[in-house]
Amino acid sequence: MSAFAATFRRDAALMWAGGGALAPVGYFLGATMLVPLAMGPERALLEAAGPPLVWIAAGLAVLATLERVFQADLEDGSLDQMLLSPAPLELLVLAKGLAMWCVVGLPIALAGAPAAIALQAPVSLVPAIVLSLALGMAAFIGVGLAGAAVTAGVKRGGVLIALIVLPFFAPPIIFGSAVAAGDQVAAALSILAGCALGAAALGPIAAAAALRLQAE
Amino acid sequence: MSGPGPFQDKPSLRVESLTLARGERTLLRDFGFAAGPGGFVEIRGGNGAGKTTLLRAIAGFLKPRAGAIAFEGVEEPSLALHYVGHLNGLKGGASVLAHLRYWAGLFGAAPREEEALTRLGLRAQAELPARVLSQGQARRLALARLVAAPRPVWLLDEPAAGLDAQGRGVLSALIEAHRAEGGVVVAAVHEALGPAPSQTLTVGA
Repeated sequence: MSAFAATFRRDAALMWAGGGALAPVGYFLGATMLVPLAMGPERALLEAAGPPLVWIAAGLAVLATLERVFQADLEDGSLDQMLLSPAPLELLVLAKGLAMWCVVGLPIALAGAPAAIALQAPVSLVPAIVLSLALGMAAFIGVGLAGAAVTAGVKRGGVLIALIVLPFFAPPIIFGSAVAAGDQVAAALSILAGCALGAAALGPIAAAAALRLQAE
Repeated sequence: MSGPGPFQDKPSLRVESLTLARGERTLLRDFGFAAGPGGFVEIRGGNGAGKTTLLRAIAGFLKPRAGAIAFEGVEEPSLALHYVGHLNGLKGGASVLAHLRYWAGLFGAAPREEEALTRLGLRAQAELPARVLSQGQARRLALARLVAAPRPVWLLDEPAAGLDAQGRGVLSALIEAHRAEGGVVVAAVHEALGPAPSQTLTVGA
């Protein structure tokens, strides 16, 4: 088994055993389902406010799970062992990100379907919303890995990671909301795919550089 | 003991005029030693003298202010060493066996879980999550990395911490077997480990 596969398997198994997507999906669904209760069932209002709210809830839900990704590895000594692997640290970080996307990102994207319906999105648009959330989650996680690596050595770094990462959440949120609003769906989806690929490529490189400094 | 071990290239470690600092404080100045195949270097020194810093510098985790660290006779620098530090590097939720499988993948080694379990005396605990292991058992599992993936140079930071008498015997046997195969062991210790060291260095004296 390659170092990439071994890291993916271990992280996915640990995340799954640790409650997996339960807490983030619960947070996401709870936040989005409360909106119609708070705003009332008026269709025009929900149609306007719904798409941005789905995306903000999705971003915050994944942010909460990012905080501990590398902090735990730093505290228990696993990071030292990752540094001694013949595989580049960037690749191992990518494996961790992929595991997180599968265990947390995809379930949140799927939970986007009931959330969108609750917020009066047209049913024909639901598949595009789920796809856009899946892409957006990859972008969030890619950027979030870098933020989590920078704050790994900081006790209670949750606030700090939010400050670092949230500005970079803006592009996916803008184009994701466009998809959810049914506005130029194909174009917005391609841009989201670009965000996802860019974050997945650059996030691990930045995260690995930050982690090497943390190991000192 | 002669005969070709797995480390036929005769690994050796050379540390030359090393200067190490933590923050503003210089811990080691112009420090050097060399260890050849089968060498066992014991590093002694009080708390905070810089034993761990020295081992972490040799492992490549932190950059020395000055000096050089060279491995010779290792075919691939990324496959040169093992580091067993104060932190065991275990995940509470993963079983003993899952750890061994993960390390085999992480370090690019052929799976040899059975051998690691037998040599470290962890067979009965194979399916248990690391969370429920005692301190000594967790230490044994960390030391099982040494068996799970062969590496010519071992850097051990107080490897006997938490081990019972039998565990210390297991550790001694591991070190002796590694030296017989031509491997190099560098260990920071407070009390002598079983095998007689080929040299003893004192830091921070």
